[in-house]
Amino acid sequence: MIGATVWRLLRWLLLLAFAAFFAIPLLALLNFSTKDLATKGRTGAAWQALFQDPTMTDAITTSLLLALFTVLGMIVLLVPTMIWVRLRVPGATRMIEFLCLLPLTIPALVIVVGLTNVYAWVNYLVGDSALTLAFVYVVLVLPYAYRAIDSSLSSLDATTLAEAARSLGASWFTVITRVILPNLWPGVLGGAFIAVALVLGEFTISSLSHYDTLPVVIVQISKADAPESMAAALASLVFAAVLLVGLSFLDRRRHTSGGK
Amino acid sequence: MAAPAPTAPPARTARRFSVGPSVGLLPFLAYLTVFLIVPTATVLVGAFQDDQGGFSLDKVSKLNDETPVHVLRESLILSFSSAAVGAVLGALLAYLIVTAPPTSVLRRVVSAVCGVLAQFGGVTLAFAWIATLGFGGLLTKVLADTLGTDPNGISQLYELPGLVLVYTYFQIPLMVIVFLPALEGLRPQWREAAVNLGATTWQYWTQVAFPLLRPAFLGSMLLLFANAFAAYATAAALISQGSPILPLLIRNSLTSEIVLGEHNFAYALSLEMIVVVAVVMSLYAWLLKRTSRWLS
Amino acid sequence: MKVRSTFVVLVALAASAALAGCAPPDDDKKSSTTSNGTDAAAATSVADFGTMDDLVKAAEDEGELNVIALPPDWANYGNIIKAFEDKYDITVNSDQPDVASQDEINAANQLKGTDRAPDVFDLGQSVALANTDLYAPYQVATFDEIPAEFKDPDGAWVNDYGGFMSVGYDSDVVPDVTSLDDLLGPDFKGKVALNGDPTAAGAAFSGVVMASVASGGSADDIAPGVDYFKRLKDAGNFLPVDPTSATIESGQTPVVIDWDYLNAAETAKLPSWKVFVPENAAIAGYYFQAINADAPHPAAARLWEEFLYSDEGQNLWLAGGARPVRADAMVEAGTIDQGLYDALPEVAGTPVIPTNEQTEAMAAYLADNWAKAIG
Repeated sequence: MIGATVWRLLRWLLLLAFAAFFAIPLLALLNFSTKDLATKGRTGAAWQALFQDPTMTDAITTSLLLALFTVLGMIVLLVPTMIWVRLRVPGATRMIEFLCLLPLTIPALVIVVGLTNVYAWVNYLVGDSALTLAFVYVVLVLPYAYRAIDSSLSSLDATTLAEAARSLGASWFTVITRVILPNLWPGVLGGAFIAVALVLGEFTISSLSHYDTLPVVIVQISKADAPESMAAALASLVFAAVLLVGLSFLDRRRHTSGGK
Repeated sequence: MAAPAPTAPPARTARRFSVGPSVGLLPFLAYLTVFLIVPTATVLVGAFQDDQGGFSLDKVSKLNDETPVHVLRESLILSFSSAAVGAVLGALLAYLIVTAPPTSVLRRVVSAVCGVLAQFGGVTLAFAWIATLGFGGLLTKVLADTLGTDPNGISQLYELPGLVLVYTYFQIPLMVIVFLPALEGLRPQWREAAVNLGATTWQYWTQVAFPLLRPAFLGSMLLLFANAFAAYATAAALISQGSPILPLLIRNSLTSEIVLGEHNFAYALSLEMIVVVAVVMSLYAWLLKRTSRWLS
Repeated sequence: MKVRSTFVVLVALAASAALAGCAPPDDDKKSSTTSNGTDAAAATSVADFGTMDDLVKAAEDEGELNVIALPPDWANYGNIIKAFEDKYDITVNSDQPDVASQDEINAANQLKGTDRAPDVFDLGQSVALANTDLYAPYQVATFDEIPAEFKDPDGAWVNDYGGFMSVGYDSDVVPDVTSLDDLLGPDFKGKVALNGDPTAAGAAFSGVVMASVASGGSADDIAPGVDYFKRLKDAGNFLPVDPTSATIESGQTPVVIDWDYLNAAETAKLPSWKVFVPENAAIAGYYFQAINADAPHPAAARLWEEFLYSDEGQNLWLAGGARPVRADAMVEAGTIDQGLYDALPEVAGTPVIPTNEQTEAMAAYLADNWAKAIG
């Protein structure tokens, strides 16, 4: 009914409307973070404070370390398990898939409400530090990591590779670490990036467990110094965005290199 | 699936899992038990305990009181509204980009941006909207001049309407991500076949495409619903006073210094949350199965 | 197969539930013996240490003190902490300044046995009286000068400072406030903020009590207070934003219902900020000081209390606009800072201090009705 040009015009208008809707709050963050509340002028003080305010720098360090440990935990726990399931216990695939997607159904809020006892043990055994949150974060990250690694794993013919390696005398350990894993790295990297983005923004569990991670400190500081909070919020978003956009380019490489 | 595993189970009549290789799953299962199953079990059991630890239905029956019921209703309304708006607008956006070729810049950019924004919930999102509509916000003055709203900030931002607006910010991208594969599954051959048989565009959409897409659309909307219902961080960062929705009432039960001893009530409220989310996600899984029949 | 897997799932759930009940063993009680041979954690007064110098030495040997929920501009805590650190060779770790009383107890329970657990508490009434089994009784040197209604006989908890509920407002932005009903007028559209959620925070709760008493209610009946706030909301005057120094100075919250000492601290920063305590609705609230029975630094905790209840400490609180609990004794002895004492806001009428039972009853009413009124 509608002519093709009208449709094209309409399409671009709608896309622009969506773009505006999504861009405005981000611009607002930038605007607020460069405000000087007293003089009503512009200032970079809030952004400077990100590197100078000890509370903020501590929180940034904590969150980055947490992201690192979560990624490591995910790699150590999930990748061997998935490879093992694919190669040796294929009957368990449905169960593992269900378990990995379970954290999507159990809200983080519920997990943290029931977490006190578990963390009493964790603090007793490992010591008390915000970095122990990595244990729970690995669980939160599972659904996304599972999907990322699964799609990578499915595009491999893992069983043939394993058979070949085994017939040449490799141990199972070698098969996993030196044969399969190198081929999985796009999926693993994808999962890792999503994990970092998730950990940097995770507020529910850290705030209700009274640990000072970056999002928790952002909220704390907002009461005293709003521009600094806004700057920190925008910075963490941009960082996560860069990671995830990088991930999408990784995906493209996988596509054009002729994966399944 | 691929060729059979190198070490196939002994005989068809034997057990499905041979014990040996299954042992390799133990670390994963143990970890999950400790950090996911035990907390959930704690909540499920704790909801039925009284303050001394004995069995009691007190806390669960408290869920029937006015405030929890009111709060549950508000949560359901919020989740439904943001899911509906997010689903419709997200489907629209998905359609706008699916018609572009897969390697075009537009498609990549929008997909990447949606990937980021869907994860972009929580504190950052709340603050972005405060910076837009709150005190000293980017749009506050503009809106005050044109629409006559409060120049000190739109106070509805901190109530249900504000929450719906803020939630759609991550619901729309999530919808795009989840619904795009379904749209991609609409084969052009079906359209050609319909046109061949004399269908107009309108007829194609209403009688071929929509019915095919309906399970995927509803399923995605359910996912959005569950996502909004369980979301805590955004609301917690946005609303520091009051508990208009269920997750904030849970926060209040845990941290209030006025109404004390409410830990077990927090468990009961969490139980309520799990039940709702579990029901929604089961419906979603069922709809997903129906979708994959046609659109895989 | 289906039956077996269901059975396995049930067993797993049951085992998890059982596991959920286990608690880890308590850490070995860290030795709290001082170099003198005194067990600091069991000391109930200075005499147990010997002399004040022995206490100071024991505390300085520990070297640190963990405090929680003490914002620097709350009753002058910033300066109190600094004065304590300057006077003694002890580092004060001030954790999470913006959390509420319940969070202090939660932190103590969560961090029990670790070095990060809070050593001392400064709590609102309800939380304080509900958790007395967590405190270690200690009688400071000036214990006898504190009136009986402000302390536990054994010294498990002692009131430290108090104030009256007040309305603080920027006189450059809104007209002078002479009664609570003024706040319902059109000049106050979108301007009136409560310090917190009344179902969660003590200061906000007392604000609603003040509104109630001013509207004809009493400490037994908070309904008029809830009704007052409903009217405030309907008039469009209620602003559901937590006020802080930053929001006051930026002009986001021009009218704040909060303790008079907190509002008085703002006057120091914003000269046009005035404080008004309604006549015949003087709601008094004292905070409760207690020592954590499992304090990681028991001697330092006790020295902190000695400092707070000394003339110096009490006058520092007075400098923050709060009424120190030893005020009457200090006025008699002439050790109070008279200038500051006279500068405290005028309070007319009999002060109302709700008892714990009254507070519980009012809290229950609020829990059922606040959400409905405010939405």
